[in-house]
Amino acid sequence: MRKLLFQNLLRPPLTEPAPSPEAAELAALAARLDCAALQRLGHSLAIRQVDAGSCNGCELEIHALNNSYYDLERFGIRFVASPRHADVLLVTGPVSRNMRVALERTYAATPDPKWVISTGDCALDGGCFADSYAVIGGVGRVIPVDLHIPGCPPTPTELLRGLLTLLEAPQAAAEPPTTAP
Amino acid sequence: MARLIDLLEAGTMVAAQRPWPRSVVEAAAWKYAGEQLAEGHWSLLGLWAEPEQVHMALREPASEQVGVISLACPEGHFPSIGHRHPPAIRLERSARDLFGLRPDGLEDTRPWLDHGCWPGGGRPEAAHYEFLPVEGPSLHQVPVGPVHAGIIEPGHFRFTANGETIVRLEERLGYVHKGIEKLMAGRDPTAAARLAARSSGDSTVAYGIGFALAVEAALQVPVPPRAHWLRALMAELERLANHLGDIGAVCNDAAFALMHTHCGALREQVLRTAQACFGHRLMRDRVVPGGVAVDLDDAGEAAVQTLLDHIGAEFPALVELYENTASLQDRTMGTGCLSSQLARQFGAGGYVGRASGQDRDARRRPGYAPYGELEFAVPSRMDGDVNARLWIRIEEVQQSMGMLRQILARLPAGEIRIDLPAAAGEGLSLVESFRGELLTWLRLDAAGRIERCHLRDPSWFQWPLLEAAVEGNIIADFPLCNKSFNCSYSGHDL
Repeated sequence: MRKLLFQNLLRPPLTEPAPSPEAAELAALAARLDCAALQRLGHSLAIRQVDAGSCNGCELEIHALNNSYYDLERFGIRFVASPRHADVLLVTGPVSRNMRVALERTYAATPDPKWVISTGDCALDGGCFADSYAVIGGVGRVIPVDLHIPGCPPTPTELLRGLLTLLEAPQAAAEPPTTAP
Repeated sequence: MARLIDLLEAGTMVAAQRPWPRSVVEAAAWKYAGEQLAEGHWSLLGLWAEPEQVHMALREPASEQVGVISLACPEGHFPSIGHRHPPAIRLERSARDLFGLRPDGLEDTRPWLDHGCWPGGGRPEAAHYEFLPVEGPSLHQVPVGPVHAGIIEPGHFRFTANGETIVRLEERLGYVHKGIEKLMAGRDPTAAARLAARSSGDSTVAYGIGFALAVEAALQVPVPPRAHWLRALMAELERLANHLGDIGAVCNDAAFALMHTHCGALREQVLRTAQACFGHRLMRDRVVPGGVAVDLDDAGEAAVQTLLDHIGAEFPALVELYENTASLQDRTMGTGCLSSQLARQFGAGGYVGRASGQDRDARRRPGYAPYGELEFAVPSRMDGDVNARLWIRIEEVQQSMGMLRQILARLPAGEIRIDLPAAAGEGLSLVESFRGELLTWLRLDAAGRIERCHLRDPSWFQWPLLEAAVEGNIIADFPLCNKSFNCSYSGHDL
């Protein structure tokens, strides 16, 4: 183990620079959200991930955010084990009828202020499962959604860009800079 | 004792099904098959229903014969197989939920996939699910899920514990049931393949291959050799990515993050190579009925070669790290033991079965192209614990790398896709996903559209074994045991 740890000291890190949020999306989000509340959190977001019917593809890529290449925690964003510790619910999947109650209860258990990000094409409108008897549809049919990240599944870079958009929205809302009182 | 082929031939053979026969039998033959399963002579590959009809896929290990028997049940019930052969229990409960066919004699009459939330009623008793009673002094229950602490799929685990020790685990699944099989009905094979590829995200290539092989068998169309080889290349990349991720994740559940970090980086490199070669990190929708959607160019071949060289250089140090960390092995050895007897009874495939003395691998038997032309070993161990399941993965990483090298060296040139005729037929396929053997059965109508398709994930025969493997372990070791099984929720719930 020591050999491996020493080798790591000599190697450059695998971690890559962050993708920058799309300006238009950032501005739109800043206009839509309660940025004052988001501002109070500073550069820290606690995320509770909820699979509401996904095929597990989105979960794989959300997992990848924690690997050395994307290193999510360097931005102050981390996944937490309980909705009671969370600021953000990251919800995947078309909401299956069998998961509806669990999703509603998870949302109710998350303290205010809270934000919901729907993730993946199915989470927008049910995607290719929309016509099923067993599926309600997009996440927005069950709980209010603040931001959507498209993709089947979205790549870790796209996920990261979406999360950073949320994190940077308060700054965008504050621009153009106002004169100090 | 009659052989499986005799049983099939005694019924009414269905001419349309390929490559293995299907036969419509009487109730007596159906029950006889149940006896053979219960006595361990045959193994169950799947059990599924249609309106007024139930099917069962069987294998006779002695002769390697595979076949499907079907029983008409116009009165809405059929003799239960699960009554004497437990692996069929959840499949029969699901058949009842989805098609209203009652398994006669099955003690467990509770619904399985139906949670009482579907429109149009469903089963009235589904709204109030009763867990099995556990009686004894000093027992307490710990309910977990469906929303779990990690970034994983939803399912409910009901633990009954005496102090720290698990006395019984009962699973409740079905939360992510999306009605995939019903959605497929009426679609053409290309559209339905997109649904198959979204049954279980981590096995999207395997599902793609399974579905494509079943369609191609039904239509009797020969796929270009290059397509078969490219499919195998994708399938082995998928296996590599999943096993690398799992090896790290199992160690992480024993709080050994170093392994997780290194394996996570290797997994990421596999996914980036897949993106570079096929334009999608998980290679979703790249396998299509009739061939593959994307060809591999010279740059892609070079990328896979570079990946193999890199993993080949990095992986041995990680294996050594695992071997030389006693504190980690202290958690994995002797934990979550699964007996070879149970693994055999359930016909468990993949690393779950192979770590408990089974050596079944669909790539070898019954086999499909191009694996007959590739050299590879199927690792098997007897100990059946978390450590054994981890070692099977390590050895399979090495085998997959060997196969990828052979594929690169011998990839035939030529076409990658052919057009499919619109015709009727029935097809069955058995494909080895990273978890184990995946069964796909489908019937096409005269216009070439899906009439009924059934996908049986390997997890159906592994989930029940997890309940057995954790018995007597402490609750704190459950994540470790669960990750070492890594069963699919979505593939199971469909």
